[in-house]
Amino acid sequence: MKKIARSELNALFAAIAEQKQLFIPADNTAGQAEFILWKDGVALTEKLNTTRSAKDLFFPQVENLVNFKVSDKKMEIIENRDPAAPFVVFGVRACDCRSFDILDSVFLSEPVDTFYKARRENGIIVTLGCTKPAETCFCGAFGIDAANPAGDVTCWLDGETLYWKSNTDKGKALTAALSVLTDCDENAVVAIQENTRKILEKLPLNNLDLSGFESDKLMELFNNPAWTELSESCLGCGTCTFVCPTCQCYDVQDFDNGREVRRFRCWDSCMYSDFTMMAHGTNRPTQKERFRQRFMHKLVYYPSNNNGVFGCVGCGRCLQKCPIHMNIVKVAKKLKEVAK
Amino acid sequence: MQQRVKEKALELLRNGTVDRVIGWKTGEFFYDLTPAVFETAEEIEKDFVFSGFSGANLSKYAIAQSRAAGKTAIFLKPCDSYSFQQLLKEHRILRENIYIVGIACEGMLDMEKIRAAGCEGVVSVKENGEELIVETLYGDRTLSRKDCLLERCAVCKSKKVVIFDEMLGEQGDEQETARFDRVAELEAMTPEERFAFWRGELSRCIRCNACRNVCPACSCEKCVFDNDKSGVRNKAAADPFEENLFHIIRAFHVAGRCTDCGECSRVCPQNIPLHLLNRKFIKDINELYGTYQAGADMETKSPLTDFTTDDCEPSIVHERGGVK
Amino acid sequence: MSVNEQFQPTIVAFCCNWCSYAGADLSGTNRLQYPANVKIIRIPCSCRLNPMFILRAFQRGADGVILCGCHPGDCHYTTGNYYARRRMTLLFSMLDFMGIERGRTRVEWVSAAEGAKFAATMNEFVETITKLGPNRRLEDLRCSKE
Repeated sequence: MKKIARSELNALFAAIAEQKQLFIPADNTAGQAEFILWKDGVALTEKLNTTRSAKDLFFPQVENLVNFKVSDKKMEIIENRDPAAPFVVFGVRACDCRSFDILDSVFLSEPVDTFYKARRENGIIVTLGCTKPAETCFCGAFGIDAANPAGDVTCWLDGETLYWKSNTDKGKALTAALSVLTDCDENAVVAIQENTRKILEKLPLNNLDLSGFESDKLMELFNNPAWTELSESCLGCGTCTFVCPTCQCYDVQDFDNGREVRRFRCWDSCMYSDFTMMAHGTNRPTQKERFRQRFMHKLVYYPSNNNGVFGCVGCGRCLQKCPIHMNIVKVAKKLKEVAK
Repeated sequence: MQQRVKEKALELLRNGTVDRVIGWKTGEFFYDLTPAVFETAEEIEKDFVFSGFSGANLSKYAIAQSRAAGKTAIFLKPCDSYSFQQLLKEHRILRENIYIVGIACEGMLDMEKIRAAGCEGVVSVKENGEELIVETLYGDRTLSRKDCLLERCAVCKSKKVVIFDEMLGEQGDEQETARFDRVAELEAMTPEERFAFWRGELSRCIRCNACRNVCPACSCEKCVFDNDKSGVRNKAAADPFEENLFHIIRAFHVAGRCTDCGECSRVCPQNIPLHLLNRKFIKDINELYGTYQAGADMETKSPLTDFTTDDCEPSIVHERGGVK
Repeated sequence: MSVNEQFQPTIVAFCCNWCSYAGADLSGTNRLQYPANVKIIRIPCSCRLNPMFILRAFQRGADGVILCGCHPGDCHYTTGNYYARRRMTLLFSMLDFMGIERGRTRVEWVSAAEGAKFAATMNEFVETITKLGPNRRLEDLRCSKE
């Protein structure tokens, strides 16, 4: 375990930035935290978490795939992928860190998504233990310990000191190159962790019961009459999917500028009417089916294909950002209530 | 008032005036209310809430509910009633199927502002006159109520419920507001400053479409931006141009119909001040074609479906004051 | 040679079928000159001009967009241009509000008899846009020619 004085954080960031691009959660002009490319003057936010998740750095909202150029009867294929410079993302919370396990299981299993893979290989995740969880946090329901996050490096911060512990080879290599860090005792963070766990116990949703979503109940859950009521006021916007650290659906689109065709991918949302549109039309004609898809995917389909691991990490972003305050917690509770 | 609204909902359902009620439903916390349709007295007893966090404008839900069998009651705050009447004017709501209860309003609270004031892990908010007592996991805080109002409430344009069958509380009046001040500040900037300002704001857009979908004036069955045959369909802003295109057209499509209910800014997850675009159109309309408030009445023609033969020429934009 | 001397702007002129398009024709038959930078798109009436057309013209490479229609009072459909006038006023004001240069958009009323006015307007507009330089604030980088 290593440490550095909190007042020296800037020196730490400068030392990291000397080697790789560094992103840290900092306040933007709208007063929200987001991952911002560090340069001198960018300060670590006081806020618990970023509005958009760390997913964005590995799976950006828009990504160029390839260009096509047609001349006469020949079509030229032009590679234009972003080579993705090596980077470090600092201050990732335990929930967002877990989301990479879920994204990995989708993008890194065959057929491997080489765009995502390149960024995963190039990126070092430095997590930060939570000290002030919010009432909307429920990572505990997924067995995530906000006081002890994973990642290539794990950090803890108290009033005076930042503690730094490397977990992986990538993390160790980064640590070795940072001479500003000094050695310290492993037990230094115990008090911080205990303090966090005390608050976690008090959180209203941290012990959310997620039993009853096993795959043998799939059809029963699918046909649960509660879906009509739950989806009734859904606006069909994509806020929940776009702030979600685990949503991974995308659409591939072509942009024709008259000289060449640019193929790119961009996030898609199952809340949208043209999501997975096919020649025969859409198979989810109303908001009820679209809404059901999102929550069935997180709570039932994904776990039944992935040894019971849920497709949600309890970051609470959708609880805070949904315009009508409908969210996965309300859905899970209601489904169980009606199923009884 | 909170109790009276709930009692009224129960009464209307019990005495058979209506078959269902559109209102706000309790959530996991005290602030996360969801618009909902209540069909039984038990549901209302259990889950109906009207509080300082009932900011959601329910009027758009009346489009669908007015087409359901029987009669539906809806609760409208003053600003919501403008949206409702505007929809009625556009023949989107079947008036005979709706029973409107107007609610006098003291302004709705913004949880984002409470959080931005440094309150984390908020457990409860109690209203005590002009003060808010905020109980959090990390100790109690006292905030001024007026600092925590939704933007639209801080510059409330009217306390008048413009259409109702029954009114709870005192009917209010239109009022003088500072709602155009920020627009005027931007107008006084140089074009370079304005361009930089809007780039900074719109570059945060994630194209979640919340602003469009929540908007009572955006009630098209299929939006041009979702129509793959329109040539402008896009799911994400692949280029900054698309951010400009979407937001200019979104605001333009509701120009003359936007009541300035402020829902677009309330729901924006990225805190983009979208209402400024709508207010710019309203301010221009007021200055160039005479004061007009969408939804204020059923008769006055919308400025964009009307004209006079001596209207100003578009070149007025080039000629008028301000920095060029 | 400076950049401005090389710069040849692309101008899109939306012309109403009944007056301005005929005006453009007349300026041609009268052999009045206006620059080849102007690309004319014929529309049935000035009020057919969806604001989206203007923005998309900028997206796809226009440096200036001008709308030409019948003089107020002379609309083939009686009132179309009155509506267009209000719409364009508000749209141009919004573009100005967003920091887009004021000179890039324009409306001019040109009748079928005003071939000379059409040519003069286009000459003047091309000159204005040439001075303003390439459209940068409403361009789509995916469409840029470089």
